[in-house]
Amino acid sequence: MATDNLLTIEHLEKYYTTEQSVLDDISLTVKKGEVIVIIGPSGCGKSTFLRCLNGLEPIQAGNIYLKDQLISTKSTNWSKVRQQIGMVFQSYDLFPNMTVLENILLGPLKVQNKKQADITPTALKLLDRVGLLHKKDAYPRQLSGGQKQRVAIVRALIMEPEIMLFDEVTAALDPEMVREVLDVVLELADGGMTMLIVTHEMQFARSIADRVIFIDQGRIIEENSPDIFFAQPSTERAQRFLNMFNYDKKNKETRSF
Amino acid sequence: MQDLGIRVLFEGNNLLRLFNGLLLVVELSAIAVFCSIILGICMGALMTLKNPLVKFLTRFYLEFIRIMPQLVLLFVVYFGLTRLFGIDLSGFTSAVIVFVLWGTAEMGDLVRSALISIPQHQYDSGAAIGLTKPQIFRYIIVPQTLRRLIPLAMNLTTRMIKTTSLIVLIGVVEMMKTGQQIIEANRYTAPSAALWIYGTIFILYFILCYPVSLAAQALEERWKN
Repeated sequence: MATDNLLTIEHLEKYYTTEQSVLDDISLTVKKGEVIVIIGPSGCGKSTFLRCLNGLEPIQAGNIYLKDQLISTKSTNWSKVRQQIGMVFQSYDLFPNMTVLENILLGPLKVQNKKQADITPTALKLLDRVGLLHKKDAYPRQLSGGQKQRVAIVRALIMEPEIMLFDEVTAALDPEMVREVLDVVLELADGGMTMLIVTHEMQFARSIADRVIFIDQGRIIEENSPDIFFAQPSTERAQRFLNMFNYDKKNKETRSF
Repeated sequence: MQDLGIRVLFEGNNLLRLFNGLLLVVELSAIAVFCSIILGICMGALMTLKNPLVKFLTRFYLEFIRIMPQLVLLFVVYFGLTRLFGIDLSGFTSAVIVFVLWGTAEMGDLVRSALISIPQHQYDSGAAIGLTKPQIFRYIIVPQTLRRLIPLAMNLTTRMIKTTSLIVLIGVVEMMKTGQQIIEANRYTAPSAALWIYGTIFILYFILCYPVSLAAQALEERWKN
């Protein structure tokens, strides 16, 4: 296996009952430093796909490799694997019983057994990078949705993951807060972070993606560069999906008065 | 006449006897609440399991205990067990059994509702940073569950304290019974003693329950959200 492939997914199958498959024969390789955006209609399985990659959902068939290591086994130490695969969710899922800083330090202290004094400067630096250093002692309930989401990103980053999974991280945010979160993700991309991003923000997808994956009904329908995908998708299904984001007022040009 | 009534309180060791009754109430409540919390946590954890048999049994137990008035339960244990199996329990032991049975059911339901009110994504985001299952419970789920649980458990505690007044009916000489004895003994010499004695009992119950109730309110305020 080539070593520059960070993540390799081979023929992944996921179903709850045998008649209804959620993910059907998904294969994908992710190179180091690559940003892949996954789009598709609601319920197509794109979020489930991300959750399979760090073992939050069991899969029924197929292989997942992290670098050279097969991680889709029964005996996988997911606690170890998840330190290398960071994930941020749609819901603002900070732990409400802890301050911002405690949220961020929980992983390094309890999972990686680091010393508080050693890791705190890193945490503060990361918080500063997302513009929230002044909120380090605040509780999650005192933050806006966008701020919580930025803290959630820091909480994942501090584990120094090889790859980050973003599951519709702006879907539950008010429009004016979407930008502040996406800017953080863009900055990560500039820094060379490998990422798999599920999103409905098409403009954002187009500018950040190295590759776009279009999933419908649990299958990869199209895989393309963002420029080609958004201008001239090669499949009719993707075409129809993208058309939903265009608004045309039918009689706009014909009105001559 | 009025001054004669209040005199009864301080006659002999009447006040001390009332306090002894109070101690008995405290003792019963403390044992019952302590056991109910321990067993209730187990019961609540069991109730969140998906196993249909466990679900049915715990549900049945909870509903059975809830439907039965506490007094009926007290009679069943105190008189019924003796009649049926020849087990001769003291009134106090019977009371402990009934209060623990009742408290476990109520507490179990509180624990269950607190546990299921923690959203799934709290478990997921704990897992996503590599925490193991026990760590997720220890650092994320249990602290949040306790915050929701403690104010509710305190309300249950005051309910249990107040309900101890029923055990007079299975012959346990607690605060109420002592009060009645004092009143009876002074029926002719101080007919107005009842007001003073019951008034004192009222205040003693109040002193017992009010701090618990206050603490529950304070915690609820502090842990808002």
